Amino acid sequence: MTDLSLPVASRTGTLPEAGASVADFAALLKPRVMSLVVFTGFVGLYLAPGHLHPVLAAVAVLCIAVGAGASGAINMWYDRDIDALMRRTADRPLPAGRMAPGDALGFGCFLAGTSVVLMGLAINCVAAALLAFTIAFYVFVYTAWLKRRTPQNIVIGGAAGALPPVVGWTAVTGDVSLAPLALFALIFFWTPPHFWALALYKTGDYAKAGVPMLPVVAGPRETKKQMLLYTLLLWPCALAPYFLGLAGAIYGGAALGLSLLFTGFAVAVWRDQGDTAARGMFAFSILYLFLLFALLVIDRAALGLA
Amino acid sequence: MSVAAVSGGGTVDERRRRQRARNWAIFALLMGFVALIYLITLVKLGGF
Repeated sequence: MTDLSLPVASRTGTLPEAGASVADFAALLKPRVMSLVVFTGFVGLYLAPGHLHPVLAAVAVLCIAVGAGASGAINMWYDRDIDALMRRTADRPLPAGRMAPGDALGFGCFLAGTSVVLMGLAINCVAAALLAFTIAFYVFVYTAWLKRRTPQNIVIGGAAGALPPVVGWTAVTGDVSLAPLALFALIFFWTPPHFWALALYKTGDYAKAGVPMLPVVAGPRETKKQMLLYTLLLWPCALAPYFLGLAGAIYGGAALGLSLLFTGFAVAVWRDQGDTAARGMFAFSILYLFLLFALLVIDRAALGLA
Repeated sequence: MSVAAVSGGGTVDERRRRQRARNWAIFALLMGFVALIYLITLVKLGGF
């Protein structure tokens, strides 16, 4: 039997003789997750009223990126035991035995501290506090507390992924208002159908690792029902930026069409007996969020030119 | 030369190569960080 209390390197017997490569440290930052976080953070910053010097704006986005990467590194350190059990994550630097756990933890903590301090010194204390809260929420609330305990893990934990546009907005204004909270709600309600679509076709992996994702605990039928409900809840969130005056008709029309499509995918998942529709919905969910945030920028640019 | 020696040499070479790459990465990051702080200071002082 595998002793999960032992460090992974000890369990696997593959201590990193050659040491971790630079690519391994880069992989700790979860670059794909980071790209979406950076993008939504930038959109929050771009839409906020007021002016921020381009260099400082770039620093704010960099701090959000590094903070997100730090969260990913600490998450990988904490989850190295269950990552080793899932095929999707088994090749990460820690479960693969290419890096010592302490290196990953130290790297993550250093980056987290640096990003928050730099944000505080260069931008403002409110943005720095929000960034620190986001990192702490992801590490302590999602990773250490919820992930292994409840099927609502990604629902509540999704708040961490939804905060970057609020951090970006706060970097410019120094406070939080209704508009950035609308962006927060959009990502918050998008997260469950996005992750449950993935969990539907990775159920075996999660079950093997003992992670109580909704399809593992409640079964695919209940998960598909919840996904459909969340896509319906997304409608008002997707349209909120239009009604709050944050975006114009281009965004409003596109948000309507994209939300209709997303709900269509959820209906297809509901009716599908296999996992083909779930795979399609997972891929579309990423495009959905990316397009909505891109349209917010395009709409604002078009309004600025008009 | 024995197979073990070749294998051991390979590991040592690989360790040195990785260490060099990590050192260069740290150097580049530190230089970037210094440049960034310099730029932030200029902006904050109204330099440009």
